Amino acid sequence: MTDDLDTLKQEVLAALDAATDARSWDAVRVGTLGKSGRLTALLKALGQAAPEERKQRGAALNQLRDALGQAIEARGQALEQAALEARLSGERVDVTLPVPPEPQGLIHPLSRTVEEMVAIFGAMGFAVAEGPDIETDWHNFSALNTPAHHPARTDHDTFYLPPRDGEAPASRVLRTQTSGVQIRTMLAQEPPIRIIVPGRTYRADHDATHSPMFHQCEGLVIGPATGAGAITLGHLKGTVIEFLRAFFGRPGLPVRFRASYFPFTEPSMEIDIGWSRRTGEIGGGEDWLEVLGSGMVHPRVLANCGLDPRQWQGFAFGMGIERLTMLKHGIPDLRSLYESDLRWLRHYGFGALSPAMLHEGF
Amino acid sequence: MKFTLSWLRDHLDTDRSLDEICAALNRIGLEVEGVENRGAALAPFRTARILEATQHPNADRLRVCRVDTGADAPVQVVCGAPNARAGISVIFAPPGTFIPGSAITIKAGAIRGEASDGMLCSLRELGLGTEHDGIAELPDNTTPGQSYANFAGLDDPVVEIAITPNRGDALAIRGIARDLAAAGLGHLRPWLAETVEPRFESPIVWRNAFAEACPWVLGRTIRGVRNGPSPSWLQERLTAIGLRPISALVDVTNFFAFDLGRPLHVFDAGKVSGGALTLRRGDGETLRALDGKDYVADGEDCVIADAAGVQSFAGLMGGAATGCTEATTDVFVECALFDPVRIALSGRRHGLNSDARQRFERGIDQALPVAALEAATRMIQELCGGEASTVVSAGAEPAWRRTASLRFARIAGLGGLDLPPDEAVAALEHLGFELRARDAAQATFAVPSWRNDVAAPIALALPPGGDHDEAAALDAVAEVEAEADLIEEVLRLRGLDSVPPVSLPSLGPVPLPSLTPRQVRSAVARRVLASRGLAECVGFSFTARSQAARFGEAAESLRLLNPIAADLDQMRPTPLATLVQAAGRNLARGVADPALFEVGAGFTDIAQLSIAAGLRLGRSPRHPGRPQAAVSLWDAKADLMALLSALGVPGEALSITADAPSHYHPGRSGLVRQGPKLVLGRFGELHPGLLAQLGLDGQAVAFEAFLDQVADPKKRRKTPPDLPALQPVRRDFAFVAPRHVTAEALLRAVRGADRALIAGVTLFDAYEGDKIAEGMRSLAIEVVFQPRERTLTDAELEAASAKVVAAVEKATGAHLRG
Repeated sequence: MTDDLDTLKQEVLAALDAATDARSWDAVRVGTLGKSGRLTALLKALGQAAPEERKQRGAALNQLRDALGQAIEARGQALEQAALEARLSGERVDVTLPVPPEPQGLIHPLSRTVEEMVAIFGAMGFAVAEGPDIETDWHNFSALNTPAHHPARTDHDTFYLPPRDGEAPASRVLRTQTSGVQIRTMLAQEPPIRIIVPGRTYRADHDATHSPMFHQCEGLVIGPATGAGAITLGHLKGTVIEFLRAFFGRPGLPVRFRASYFPFTEPSMEIDIGWSRRTGEIGGGEDWLEVLGSGMVHPRVLANCGLDPRQWQGFAFGMGIERLTMLKHGIPDLRSLYESDLRWLRHYGFGALSPAMLHEGF
Repeated sequence: MKFTLSWLRDHLDTDRSLDEICAALNRIGLEVEGVENRGAALAPFRTARILEATQHPNADRLRVCRVDTGADAPVQVVCGAPNARAGISVIFAPPGTFIPGSAITIKAGAIRGEASDGMLCSLRELGLGTEHDGIAELPDNTTPGQSYANFAGLDDPVVEIAITPNRGDALAIRGIARDLAAAGLGHLRPWLAETVEPRFESPIVWRNAFAEACPWVLGRTIRGVRNGPSPSWLQERLTAIGLRPISALVDVTNFFAFDLGRPLHVFDAGKVSGGALTLRRGDGETLRALDGKDYVADGEDCVIADAAGVQSFAGLMGGAATGCTEATTDVFVECALFDPVRIALSGRRHGLNSDARQRFERGIDQALPVAALEAATRMIQELCGGEASTVVSAGAEPAWRRTASLRFARIAGLGGLDLPPDEAVAALEHLGFELRARDAAQATFAVPSWRNDVAAPIALALPPGGDHDEAAALDAVAEVEAEADLIEEVLRLRGLDSVPPVSLPSLGPVPLPSLTPRQVRSAVARRVLASRGLAECVGFSFTARSQAARFGEAAESLRLLNPIAADLDQMRPTPLATLVQAAGRNLARGVADPALFEVGAGFTDIAQLSIAAGLRLGRSPRHPGRPQAAVSLWDAKADLMALLSALGVPGEALSITADAPSHYHPGRSGLVRQGPKLVLGRFGELHPGLLAQLGLDGQAVAFEAFLDQVADPKKRRKTPPDLPALQPVRRDFAFVAPRHVTAEALLRAVRGADRALIAGVTLFDAYEGDKIAEGMRSLAIEVVFQPRERTLTDAELEAASAKVVAAVEKATGAHLRG
């Protein structure tokens, strides 16, 4: 290689080394290989050389062009890489920073319980029925075979509202039970009937284990009194056992049936589940806890609703939604359910999208 | 209802254990509420005698005793009690005994080098008192080796059961024994009252002027009695079941109230004037009853009066003036039947609860008065001496005899249990039902006089108003009710656990939806609002009247007549009324920025509404790079619009008007309407004055959605979607409009300018300020023009834009911003 070419090479390589950004690098590239670059000028001048010299010098120039081209390209890539690295380094953030808080929305455990009840009873063919919180004395008591003098009424500390014009005193009450919806349903619809009635109920009682407002879920099944499709107390037991075992997720949950009395059913029974008083564990232990009242619908109730008790019969049950919720989730204090304390709700509440369908499991 | 095991055994011959008896009581409907068994904890303690007591060689204050515990060889016990001495009878606890009073278990061992194989106890160590002067000393002649609990009469467990309203007969220990015997736990002992020979004519007679309240009353005078404390066996029984012994005469009446469920009353015959007691209606007289309280008897109350006035509240409580005392020498015993309904209503009106009322209002044995009076007479004579008069009465034994029939197939048909007819008949006979007739299919029984709940007179409560065939309904009920009564008896004695559970017949392989569209709306509302970061609350449906009035009408018709507290006396108009209280409680507990919702009832004078209400307070959360902002009405509006959208309400059908009720900020709130009349919801900042009244700092925004107003989804097939192939063209416009022109009016005008071409309008800026004229506002919108057949030419686009501007100017007076 001739001296001038060698000098050019050394100078360009030195300039490349000195180029530390894209702009100075580009100046070297253009100054060497550009239209009026130094190497380009030498290549252009090759035409004027003698044929013998041209061959030799052409080969040297081509060699130099390849070498410088590669050096410029390599330097360019290196600078690009360095620039990217510098940028990335500059963009570094503390990824341990928390994400912007999104307030956690929640479903109340009582609503959750109702959804679960609806899902389980729904699978057994029950529909959900409703009625007003402000009930007539007739729907809440009389039609349910609980006349004014009945001793059962003294167990219900009833809230009263002022009678409307033309109404008897004490004829508007806050419903003490959801059972009045049994009456409304039987009056409105022909059997067969399969309903549950989750809803608010009220009794004038307020202490650690009683709330003046609470929730009950009533159930009613009416079918034929005779023949193959007759609804018997056996069906009542089957329905309740199946519900309780599904609700608590315990296939072997012990369930006990005790004879009892309600004015609107006969025979009547109270239903206990096995639990441990000491640990609160459901299904285990040697103790029993009452969770439901139930019975075969009293013939007078059927007759009051225009059904012939010789032709139709069925069963009814009622359970406290609070009690089942507290048992299932180990909630110790009834009053906390109504206090709307966000700290409590975050602890016991359910996410908006938590599965509540049978196929997803509870 | 309490009873002791030994009292029960007076009537029930049984070898069953307490546990077995309690299990049976639970099974047959006499729910055990508690068992008090002091004897159980005292079972290891025995009676013993100290044979020899010598000074402990290594301790000044201890004695080494040789004790006869009834076993073959004496036991050595080291004892520190000062009264431990030879010859006295004591209470001995062998090693391994848990000492209730000091909560330790004693062990055999040596005390200071002397063997001690047990402990001599004080009553305090047995948990039976506070005396601790030394070990308990029993009477000198006490035989060593007996159970101390048995020796001291403490091994008689007290059982408390709940009595359902139909089982007046189980308010008698004899009734409980009868049930247990019928359930197979032993035999009912016979009971007979021997007649007492009358010695004289009763100087007091009955007159009955109120036969509806009292069909039958008996009585007799016993003269020459000595009243005083009753014997210890009677006092112990009454004390064990929670009654205070008063005097022999009164204790006898209490004994029979529990033993036979037969309330009695004793008048001091010397204090009864005029020689007659009259049953009549009250007439506004005041009676001081035995509980020391004054009651005013009205015309619906049945009272017993003598010549001096009202002396007793019939069937509820006697009067103080004619009550028996230590000085009583002549006593008049009353034994009556009262109408259960009148007793229940009188008792409730006067708030008067008594053991007598409890029994009369449930109905008592209607055939028993004669025998009960004889039995009471006999016991009074045994305890107090005296001689008895003739029995005087008014009225007659009521016609209580009824029959009830059972078709055996119905035990399975109603009760779901296949039971051999013989078993059913035997169970009923054990309960006192007398078999009158029987064939292969059915049996007929006479109902015993004490079972007022079986085959009772039928009363219906047909719906008020309307045309009902009551006679036909009564016939239908009569055909099945008594039979159901009998089936219930058979099933409960057999145990309901013996009925095999059966699944309900399937209504089809796939169940129908359980929820109505209306109910689905509540469920969806919960999910939508929870997913937007609000926490669901369940508040009371009532609140303070003043609080209700802040959120709507506090109608008189929605005011509780008997609220449980003054601040829970009014049905709430909206869940928002209780949500703001919940938010306040959270703030008071230091929970910042609460976001809450409730889906529940709100009440108006005429209706119950299903309302989803939400409330946000405070500010957005702090986070690096995000300015913290106070909640704004847009948050509330966004919640409400998202909810309505999720409920299927088409957004284009809605309009907003600025006439929300007064709990909202008048200038920063609105109603969401569908059509001119229907209001689906409201939203806005809460009124600052309201927040001040509630003591809430900062900003609060809220919304209420009226879920009943949302239409059910239509089950219509959707039309195919509009998916044009051509690119839409977007153009921005800025209009300057007077401030009163609403964005909604402007957007509506744009949409209407060319419905075929304009596919969408969005507002992206609203500006007021010094760059435009006072009282004016700039509203910037983007309009999407959607060509359908070919691309728009510039001229067509210009024409369309001109239509937009013209339509806006015409509708609102706004003009393009220059």
